[in-house]
Amino acid sequence: MTRKTRYQIYGILFQSVCLIANFSALFFLALVMHDVLVDGWEGLSFDFLTGYPSRKPENAGILPAIVGTIYMMLLTAFIAIPTGVGAAIFLEEYSQKALFINFVKLNIQNLAGVPSIVYGILGLTLFVRGFDLEIAGFSLGMGRSLLAGSLTMALVILPIITISTQEALRAVPESFRLAGFGIGMTRWQVIRYQVLPVAMPGILTGVILSLSRAIGESAPLLMIGALAFVAFLPANPMDSFTVLPIQIFNWASRPQKGFHDAAASAIIVLMLLLLIMNAISIIMRAYYNSKLRDLKN
Amino acid sequence: MPEKTRNILTEAVTSGDRRSIFHRYGDRPSYSGKEKFIRWLLASMGHLTVMVTVSIILVLLVDALFFFEKASFIEFFTGTKWEPFGQPKKLGVLPLFSGTMMIAFGSCMVAIPFGFGSAVYLTQYASPRFQALVKPVIEVLGGVPTVVYGYFALTGITPLLKVVFPEIQVFNALSASIVVGISIIPMVSSLSSDAMNAVPNSIKTAGYAVGMQKFHVVTKIIIPASTSGVIASFMLAFARAVGETMTVTLAAGSTPNMSWNYLEGIQTMTAFIVQMSLGDTPAGSIEYYTIYAIGLSLFGVTFLFNFIATTIVKRFREVYK
Repeated sequence: MTRKTRYQIYGILFQSVCLIANFSALFFLALVMHDVLVDGWEGLSFDFLTGYPSRKPENAGILPAIVGTIYMMLLTAFIAIPTGVGAAIFLEEYSQKALFINFVKLNIQNLAGVPSIVYGILGLTLFVRGFDLEIAGFSLGMGRSLLAGSLTMALVILPIITISTQEALRAVPESFRLAGFGIGMTRWQVIRYQVLPVAMPGILTGVILSLSRAIGESAPLLMIGALAFVAFLPANPMDSFTVLPIQIFNWASRPQKGFHDAAASAIIVLMLLLLIMNAISIIMRAYYNSKLRDLKN
Repeated sequence: MPEKTRNILTEAVTSGDRRSIFHRYGDRPSYSGKEKFIRWLLASMGHLTVMVTVSIILVLLVDALFFFEKASFIEFFTGTKWEPFGQPKKLGVLPLFSGTMMIAFGSCMVAIPFGFGSAVYLTQYASPRFQALVKPVIEVLGGVPTVVYGYFALTGITPLLKVVFPEIQVFNALSASIVVGISIIPMVSSLSSDAMNAVPNSIKTAGYAVGMQKFHVVTKIIIPASTSGVIASFMLAFARAVGETMTVTLAAGSTPNMSWNYLEGIQTMTAFIVQMSLGDTPAGSIEYYTIYAIGLSLFGVTFLFNFIATTIVKRFREVYK
C-alpha cells in the first residue's frame, strides 16, 4: 500500500469518527425526548393541566406551576430586560473609559459563568432574608415570594442579555451613527432612531434566549424556597409560588413510578413552552428584518 | 469644516478608534436635561453589573467568615469526613469536593470527544447545508433544562446501566456524569467550532498548496492552530460541570464519600447546598453557614476556570488578527 492510499484511508476513518460523534449528539437528544414522551404522553390531559398538586400521582395537576412560571417570567422580563439592555447601551454607546469598559466586560463574562446556585445563595441572603436587617420592625427581606424569585432570576439572566445586546449593537454599521450625528441628532436620538431599530432583531434573539434559560432554571429558585406543594394560585408578587422545573424536580425525586410519570408529563409541557418561546423569537426576528428591508429600499 | 472637527475626525481615522469620534463629537454642553438623565440612567444600569459581582463576593465572604469563626479553617480544607448533622460534627469539605471532581471529570470524558468530534466535522467536512441543519439541533441539546436531564439520568440512563453493571446503586455518579456530559456537548462543540473557524484560510490553503491531503490539513494545521481555543472550551465546559446542580442532585445521590467509585452514590458541593436549602435548618446555626463556605469554594473554582479560559480566548483572537 502506498503512503498516499494509507493516508487516504486514515482520512476517511477520521472523517467517519467525527461524523459519528456528530450524529451521537443528535442521537442523545432523540433519546432524551423519547424517554420523556414515552413516560409522560399518557398523563397529559385537561385535568392534569388545570389540576392542583396532590398526594396521589393520578390526581396531580400543574396549574399552580404553570401560572407561577408565567408570572415569574413576566416579572423577570420586566426587571431584567431594561436593565440588561440599558447596561449594554451604556457600555457600547456612551462609556469612553477603555479601562472601565474592559473591566466591566470581563466582569460580565465571569458573571455569565457563575453557577446559578450561587445566585440562589445571593438571592436567599439579599432578597429573601434581607441580610436579616430590620428597619423600624419591618424586615428588609421579601420572604419566599414571587418577587424575590423574579429578582434572583433577573440576576441570573442579566449577563446573558447584556452580552447578546452588546454583540447586536456592535454589528450596527458606524455609518448609521455618523449619519445621525451629521444631521445634528443628539446621542440618545441616534441610539433611539438609528441604532436600536437596526440592532433589534439581535437584541430580541438574545432576550428570548435568556428567558428560555430562565424558564428552565431551577437551582436558584430551589435555594430561595419556591415551594413544590402550592395548592393556590399566586395573587400578588409577595405570595409564595412554584414553577414548572421545581414541580418536576419534586416529582422526579420521589420514589413512586406514578410521580415520575407526572414529572415526565410536566416536562412535556415545559418543553412546549420553550418551543413556543423560540418560535416567537423567530417570528419577531423575521418581522424586524423585513421592516429593515423596507427601510433600505 | 471647523478645525476642531477635522482634528477629531483625522485622529479617529488614523487611530482606528471609533469611540473617539462620538465621544467628543456627540457630547455637547447644549444637551438637554433629558439627554443627561438618560445618560445617568444607562450609566447606573452599567454599574449595576459590577454591583452584582461585588455583592456576590461580599455575601459569600461575610457569611463564610461567620462559618470559619465557629469551624476550623484547616479541618474544612483537609478533613476527609463531611458529617455536618452528626454528633460530633465533622466538617471536612474534601468528600464533597471529590464528588464534584468525579462528576466534572466524568462528564468531560463524555463531552470532549463528542463535542470536539462534531466541531471538527461541522467546520471541516460538512456541507453548508448540513451545517445549517445540524448546528441548531445540537444547540437545542444545550437549551434543555437541567432538571429534564436529571429526570433522564434517573429514569433513562440508570436502568440501562443496571443491565451492564448489576451492582450499580440507584443513585450513582456514573449516570449523572454521562448526562451532565451530554448537556455540555453543545458548549464544547460551538466554542471549539469558533476556534477552528478563526484559523485564517491562508494557512489552510498554504497546506493544500504544498500538496497536503485533507486529513493532514485538518490534523496537522487546523487542530494545532486552534488548540488554545479548543482547550479554553474544555475549561469552560469543566467549569459548567462543576456548577451543575439539578442533574447531580436528582441522579448522583446524597452520600458524601471519597471512594472514586462511579457505581456508588456521591454528593457534590452543589447538591449539598440544595439539600441544605430543602431542609429546615435554623438560620444562624453552624450548619446554616456551611452553604456560604461551600458556595465560596464553588465560586472560587468556577471563577478561576472561567477567568483562565476567557484570557486564553482573548489572547488567541489577538494572535490571528
